[in-house]
Amino acid sequence: MKRWEREGVAELEDLNLPDEEHLKKGVAIIECIQEIPCNPCVDACPTKAISMENINALPEIDYDKCVGCGKCVEVCPGLAVFLVKVVDDAALITLPYEFLPLPEEESTVKALNREGKEICDAVVKKVKKGRTTIVTIELPKEYAMEARNIKV
Amino acid sequence: MRIEEHPILDFKRGREIHFYYNGKKIRAYEGETIAAALHAAGVKVLSKSLKLERQRGFFCGIGKCSSCLMKVNGVPNVRTCITLVKDGMIVEDNDMELPEKEYPKCKFEKIECDIAIVGGGPAGLSAAIEASQYADVLIVDENHQLGGQLIKQTHKFFGSKKQRAGTRGIEIAKILEEEARKNCRVLLNTGVIGYYDRGYHFLAAVNRVDGIIYEIKAKKIIFATGAQENMLVFEGNDLPGVYGAGGVQTLMNVYGVKPGERGIIIGAGNVGLILAYQLLQAGVKVACIVEALPKIGGYFVHAAKVRRCGIPIYTSHSIKKAYGNGRVEGAVIAKLDENWNFIEGSEKDIKCDFICLAVGLTPAIRLIAQTGATISFINEAGGWIALHNEYMETTKEGIYVAGDLANIEEASTAMIEGRIAGLHAANAIKQIPNFEEKIREYMEELEIFRQGYFGVRPKKAKEKIMERYYEKVGERRSS
Repeated sequence: MKRWEREGVAELEDLNLPDEEHLKKGVAIIECIQEIPCNPCVDACPTKAISMENINALPEIDYDKCVGCGKCVEVCPGLAVFLVKVVDDAALITLPYEFLPLPEEESTVKALNREGKEICDAVVKKVKKGRTTIVTIELPKEYAMEARNIKV
Repeated sequence: MRIEEHPILDFKRGREIHFYYNGKKIRAYEGETIAAALHAAGVKVLSKSLKLERQRGFFCGIGKCSSCLMKVNGVPNVRTCITLVKDGMIVEDNDMELPEKEYPKCKFEKIECDIAIVGGGPAGLSAAIEASQYADVLIVDENHQLGGQLIKQTHKFFGSKKQRAGTRGIEIAKILEEEARKNCRVLLNTGVIGYYDRGYHFLAAVNRVDGIIYEIKAKKIIFATGAQENMLVFEGNDLPGVYGAGGVQTLMNVYGVKPGERGIIIGAGNVGLILAYQLLQAGVKVACIVEALPKIGGYFVHAAKVRRCGIPIYTSHSIKKAYGNGRVEGAVIAKLDENWNFIEGSEKDIKCDFICLAVGLTPAIRLIAQTGATISFINEAGGWIALHNEYMETTKEGIYVAGDLANIEEASTAMIEGRIAGLHAANAIKQIPNFEEKIREYMEELEIFRQGYFGVRPKKAKEKIMERYYEKVGERRSS
């Protein structure tokens, strides 16, 4: 049995990760690793980078086609898609956030990993308000594949 | 206890009013139920058990468990969780005496319709929307609003565009209600209390708010009465503060009242996982989620959402006891071995003021059982179930089921089943052009939905239901 089945925490080996070139461009990381009947990400993608064999299959992303627009981050009912872009030594992570209070732009928040543990400070770069608010944070590059939530 | 700010919901509270609870004046808002107003005022004991007089608190929140029965304006046994509070209302403990005053005089009304639908949740409303394109439809629901349990679902639904994926349950409820109201008659606050076969299908229903008894004559009836939450056996499981998970969703997401300050959830299926996330959104702490199975039962994406907020999920664990003086003050959980026995010494004591049980649902068959439709026990379907065919028709001609009543499943599949039942019932009254094509399309949609990992159990349940249906009915009835 995999750890995610027991604990609800994905490990990097469970995910399809992009290479360095893709990360420089900025791409969507889809952390949807269990077959459920759901496909809005496929419909939302403007470049047809996301595909699924059928509604129960896992989404597959073609990182060459992905332009990092974030449409899938907004639409995913499971809040399971994150944008990651590496700029020099920093990483920009865009994630869905559904709690109050909302973070302020340019404020410092705590970045949390997949277990909700604080891993480092992050600076809020962009807040796109909505019922599901889309927040972009900046933090050191080494946390690019760890930080998946924030504590305001 | 009231939620003022919420990331997803706006609570539009009505006018401030007052009512009396055992002589004490209590503030409330128009549009909320008596039980919600009492909870907001800190009243957690609502009734007592009949024999041992043990205290009973809020549990299911949708009128199905009888934990909240109280005396309201002299009338005993009122389900305070689905009865709206009114200015000046007198609410008292149930004393189990017959009321002194005569039962209020009721008006009688007779209604005839092509298709009567009992229950205005996702299945019932979808059946109504479909059937009302071709037939005269009446929806009867005992609640004060339509939408069933969708009205408390703040998360975005899964599925495809066709099933409104990406739309929150609360929004789907509004869309369905608006569409259904266009062509259907609707009776709210009206509970169906009996079915009679008079050579035609006949329902007796009561509107307790306005004092009206309805006699409903219908050519076909679709029952979409949903399900009720399961209890779990453990010491202290009847302490006020042990709630059904759905009951907490109703209290919190419909009426904006917090269940407590810090809770634990028993069961890591989708209901338990979603509830944990919703509690955090309402500003309530969740100590942990406890699951008896070795793996998480709900969707990974729901589990990942609560994990990255720091909530632990303890699989292979269960609750040993709840303790507290008259209300929940804590719980003891422990690890289970392969034979489901508690492992000595693995106990954890968790301080909390409420416990949510998310341990499954049981189809609410009490009404459908009156019709004479064959009921059969099917574990995979959630218990006793009315046998039915692929058109959702039971062994009793003209009586249909849909949604959780027909197998514990998703709102998405409930909506498709409702469509199938509505279409088939309408076609049986008057032939619909392209009926075969239309119904096949819905059936294919259902089939696709049940193809994945999470479709295995419901699919097996449906196979058993239909196998036993055809054993009972004999050869395939023509559609």
